[in-house]
Amino acid sequence: MGKQLLLDKINVPGIRTYEVYRKEGGYASVEKALKTMTPDDIVNEVKTSGLKGRGGAGFPMGMKWSFIDKKSGKPRHLVCNADESEPGTFKDRFLMEYIPHLLIEGMIVSSFALEAHRSYIYIRGEYMWVYKILQNAIKEAYAAGWLGKNILGTGYDLELNVHVGGGAYICGEETALIESLEGKRGNPRIKPPFPAISGLWQNPTVVNNVESISAVPWMILNGGAEYAKIGTEKSTGTKLISASGHIKKPGVYEIELGISVDEFINSDEYCGGMLNERPLKALVPGGSSVPILPAHLIYKTANGEDRMMSYESMSDGGFASGSMIGSGGFIVYNDTTCVVRNTWNFSRFYHHESCGQCSPCREGTGWLEKVLHRIETGHGREEDIDLLWSIQARIEGNTICPLGDAAAWPVAAAIRHFRDEFEYHVRFPEKIKNRDHFVEEPFEKVKHLLAKATV
Amino acid sequence: MDRTHRIHQDINMTPELMATINELLSHYPEDKPKSALLPILHEVQDAHDNWLSVELMDKVAEIIGIRPIEVYEVVSFYTMFNQRPIGKFMFEFCQTSCCATRGVEDLMDYTCSKLGVGIGEPTADGLFEVRGVECLGACGYAPMMQLGDTFKEHLTKEKIDQLIDDCKAGKVELHYKVNHG
Repeated sequence: MGKQLLLDKINVPGIRTYEVYRKEGGYASVEKALKTMTPDDIVNEVKTSGLKGRGGAGFPMGMKWSFIDKKSGKPRHLVCNADESEPGTFKDRFLMEYIPHLLIEGMIVSSFALEAHRSYIYIRGEYMWVYKILQNAIKEAYAAGWLGKNILGTGYDLELNVHVGGGAYICGEETALIESLEGKRGNPRIKPPFPAISGLWQNPTVVNNVESISAVPWMILNGGAEYAKIGTEKSTGTKLISASGHIKKPGVYEIELGISVDEFINSDEYCGGMLNERPLKALVPGGSSVPILPAHLIYKTANGEDRMMSYESMSDGGFASGSMIGSGGFIVYNDTTCVVRNTWNFSRFYHHESCGQCSPCREGTGWLEKVLHRIETGHGREEDIDLLWSIQARIEGNTICPLGDAAAWPVAAAIRHFRDEFEYHVRFPEKIKNRDHFVEEPFEKVKHLLAKATV
Repeated sequence: MDRTHRIHQDINMTPELMATINELLSHYPEDKPKSALLPILHEVQDAHDNWLSVELMDKVAEIIGIRPIEVYEVVSFYTMFNQRPIGKFMFEFCQTSCCATRGVEDLMDYTCSKLGVGIGEPTADGLFEVRGVECLGACGYAPMMQLGDTFKEHLTKEKIDQLIDDCKAGKVELHYKVNHG
């Protein structure tokens, strides 16, 4: 059993309530931080921990904190990104639903470190019941004196509220999230200025993921150096993985970074192996936007080394033969999956979620969806595969925010690793009429047709 | 928004609703009331049969003290705000990858044919509507749907049958209430 810092108390009955959470040692890090540490001490512990932002981008949290503008004298804000919308990801919901006070505790300590007096948790609108759970937990924390004026008699004031979104993936991008928190459409801002200089209401703002903030209490109680001992040198700590797809035990797992992908998929402690013992075909290891990996690059890297659940091993080989750990949205596909259909599915998602500001993304995601749809439904043309490649290449890097990249990468990776499957769709439209074509006849069984037809 | 044929909506800003709105406004600095717009729209929509007419949006603008266009542009951007009346029990199936690989398309076909409607058309009695939406964040519990404030997960045809019966019998609570029990 690996070490658990976030979910260790998740099975304690009643841990959702303030009384039980407090009895189990909750809020001890607030006492320690506010009474015995300076804000800079806390920033240093977080820097020492080496924690990389758990929302997906993996930017070091301590470094992000150190960028916040303290010179201007403007009010500062901490905003927790609980917009969790990356397909394949449902870990933050799990934390907030079952142990909401852990996030609130982390928000208090982190706000103190940033010397912020007005902080928000921005939660996606679809998690409406979790929004209500958090509202209730915040009320409990106010009543117990952990929020409000002069917390623990230290003179530190903090107003914490939860803000609910309206159903828009783009609001997970930090500047779109800030726009939405200001009551506007979720259109990402041009950077610079970065939020650390000019964020919410033009004030210096830090935006961190739920899981990142929830790790702070442990770091304060045990030290950043202790945290850094967990995991690998470059991937410190534990990570929540949202496991889904064709596995026996989908769910949220806390892993020590650095265990092998083989162990994660096949051990009973985690995913429990492949559903119905069907063969593994592909893996999206870090949410829909990261490159899909074909079977031969899942357990081993291109160099033949074991593939590990860590930032460095998952991205080993770059986009040519690697992927990214991203948000930890770990989607496993067996041989009944159609990669073309799945890529079309992702493209439909990005087309729907594009905010429409930048033409390459607004138009390009629609073209990707259309072309993929016609290939998947048997109307594809020989040149469509190259057309897809050219569209995705013209979106990537040409937009204000990373949604364009996120839409382009899955298409590029699917063509890179599964080009023969696209060719099969174009050349044998009669074989793919039924949407369950590979359920009835997995691609492995029919791919020989491709070779024959070229003779 | 249908500009030629507007559907009438009774506007009822009850004292309870106004108290909630004022509470939400207090979560933001006094000079930033617009920030409360999204949370307020959810509350107002919930209290008005889950949709927002132009007149209701204008009312929200007036209460917050912003221009009507600032409300329209937000309502039209976010998928959770409805600009027309919708079925009371809106079955919003997640259609994204993980749910799709675990059979959501078959379930949507099943539900539509059982209710005798297509996607996005309410049943004649106004009770039900089926929609396909994008990833709801329940990938490990696929296939699933959103119904009101909560999720219905690990769906099967049998569970859909049961759910439809429960909705008809008035046993389904759309709004979640925190209960520690």
